[in-house]
Amino acid sequence: MSDPSYEIVIGLEVHVQLQTATKLFCRCSTRFGAPPNTQTCPVCIGLPGSLPVMNRQAFELALKTAVALNCEIPAFTKWDRKQYYYPDLPKGYQISQFDLPMSQHGYLEISDAKGAFAPKRVGILRAHLEEDAGKSMHDELAGKADSRIDLNRTGTPLLEIVSQPDMRSPEEARAYLTELKLLLTYLGVSDCNMQEGSLRVDANINLHVATPQGTVATPIVEVKNMNSFRAVERAMAFEATRQFDVWNDTRISLGAPGGHKTTRGWDEQAQVTRPQRQKEESSDYRYFPDPDLAPVIVTDQQLDAVRASLGELPAALRDRLQTERGIDAYDADVIVNQGRAFVDYFSELADIGGDAKRASNWMQQDVLRVLNERDLTIELFPISPASLAELLKTVQRGELDTSRARDVFNVMAESGDSAAQAMQRLGIQAVHRDELRDLCRELLDANPNVVADVQSGKEKAIGALIGQAKRRNPNANPNQVRQLCLELIRQQGSAQE
Amino acid sequence: MSLTRQQIVKVSLLARLRLQDDELDRMTHQLDQVVSYMDLLAEVDTEDAEPMAHAVEQTNVFAEDHVLPSLDRESALSNAPKRDEQCYRVPAVLGD
Ligand SMILES: [Zn+2]
Repeated sequence: MSDPSYEIVIGLEVHVQLQTATKLFCRCSTRFGAPPNTQTCPVCIGLPGSLPVMNRQAFELALKTAVALNCEIPAFTKWDRKQYYYPDLPKGYQISQFDLPMSQHGYLEISDAKGAFAPKRVGILRAHLEEDAGKSMHDELAGKADSRIDLNRTGTPLLEIVSQPDMRSPEEARAYLTELKLLLTYLGVSDCNMQEGSLRVDANINLHVATPQGTVATPIVEVKNMNSFRAVERAMAFEATRQFDVWNDTRISLGAPGGHKTTRGWDEQAQVTRPQRQKEESSDYRYFPDPDLAPVIVTDQQLDAVRASLGELPAALRDRLQTERGIDAYDADVIVNQGRAFVDYFSELADIGGDAKRASNWMQQDVLRVLNERDLTIELFPISPASLAELLKTVQRGELDTSRARDVFNVMAESGDSAAQAMQRLGIQAVHRDELRDLCRELLDANPNVVADVQSGKEKAIGALIGQAKRRNPNANPNQVRQLCLELIRQQGSAQE
Repeated sequence: MSLTRQQIVKVSLLARLRLQDDELDRMTHQLDQVVSYMDLLAEVDTEDAEPMAHAVEQTNVFAEDHVLPSLDRESALSNAPKRDEQCYRVPAVLGD
C-alpha cells in the first residue's frame, strides 16, 4: 500500500488516565460512570480560594511509566497554567507542564512478530502529568441550543505521552500504540480502556515526497476522534493518500502560504477525515508557573527504587520465553501480548506439563478461543493450569489423540471438571499400550493383504486398519494404532528373514 | 518596553473581555504602566542570582490518594447561571 514516491511521517500524542482513586489536585473520586456532577469540589470546579495539592500516587504512577519508557527524569519539575476558555474547563486554565516536564527523551521499541516492518525504536519526546477536562454533551432535545456540562472528569490525572515523528506507516503507528498499551497494562498504571476514555490518541501526520528538487514535506495534519487502534491505522492510511492527492493538485509544502498545520477529525462511519476548527496558536496559551502548586524534586534513590519496582516488562519477557522455554518469537509475542496473567498461566502449564511448545499451542488455540467466545479474562478461566497439564500429559503419552483431547477440553471448560472426570463423562478411557498392541496384532492377523501391501511399500494401506480399530475400541488413538501396526509388521518382516 | 493598543485588543480577546474603545485606551495606558515597572526591575544586576523556575520555596507537597466526600450536586450547581437537574448549561459548543 505504500507508494515509493513518498514516505509517511507519523507522531502520536497519547493521553492516558492514571489509575488513582482520587483526582490529581483534590480528593474527589475518579470513578467512571457516576451520575453527572456528583464528583466535584471547590478545587476541581475552580472556586476562588481553593488550593490544589498534588496526588502522591498519581506522581508515582507517572514516574514509573516515564522510567519504563526509558525517559530522562530531571531532578526538578514544576506545573504551569495553560490558559484557554472552554466550557468543560471551569478554571479557565488547565494545570499542565510546559518547559520543565517531569520526563523527556525516552523511547519505546516496536517490532512485528510476522516481520511486517523491521524492529525499531520510537523516540518519546516527553511524558508529562496534567489534569483532564470535563465533558460537554450536546442536548439534542433542547433544539441544539445548549450544551450540558458534566465536571466529574475534571481534574482526573492524565499522563500525556508525546512520541517523536518516528513512525513510517499506519502499521507502525498501530504497533506503537499496542506496545504502549501493553506496557501500561503490565505496569498497572492505567486500565487503558478506550471506550471509557482512559486512553486517547491524537496523531500528527505528513508526507516526505521525493521530487527532482529533493525531498519536500507536506503540511502537517493533526487527526483527532480516533476511537480504536484500528481507527488510527485506517485514519493514517486515509490521510496519507489524501495528502498525496492534495500535494499533486496544489504543490503546497509545509510552511508555504496555505501550508500551516490543520486539524481534522476521523469519521468512523464514513471512514474519512474531515476538517475541524483551527487550534489556537500555542503562544496564545500564555503558560506561566502555577503559583499554588509546589514543584517536585526527584532524587536518584527514588529513581532507583522505581526501577527496582518495575517488574519484568513485555520486551524482556518475550526474550525470556524464547530462550528459557524454547518457543519461537511469534508464539512468545502472542502469549506476552495477552498480558501478565496469561504469561503466568502459560509458565505454570509448561512447568507442570513439561512441554512448553504443546502448552503454547493449546494456550493460543484452545484457551484463547474459549476466552474470546465467553468474553473472559484468563483469571476467570475455569480450567486450572494443573488440570490442563493433566490433559496435555495424556495427549503426550499418546493415550488420547488431539481431537478427542479437544472434546475433553471443551467439557472441562464447560463444567470445571478435572481431565479424568471429563474423560469419564465422555466415556473415554485411556487405552493402555499393551491392550492396544494386542488389538493391532489381531487386526494384522485378520488382514494379511494389508500386511503384504505395507511390506511392498504401501504404508497407506494401514488406513483400513485404523477404521477397524476405532470400531473395536472408540478410545484407540489413530496415530498410536498406525505406529504400533507398522512396528509389528516390521518385527514380523525381520523375524522371517 | 511598552504595550501597544493592538496587543491589548489581542489579550482582551483571549481573556474573552469585550472592551469599548475608551476602555481599550484606558487599559493600554494602565497595563503599560504595570509592564514598564518591570523595566525598573530589569536594571537590577542579576549576574550572580540563580534563575528561578517557581516563586514557591517549598517542594514535594503531596496528598495521599484517599477519597473524601465531594460537594453534593445541588451545592455544586447552585452558582450556575443556567442549569438543569444534573448539569451546567452553556451556549452550544461548536466544533467537537
Ligand atoms: Zn474535586
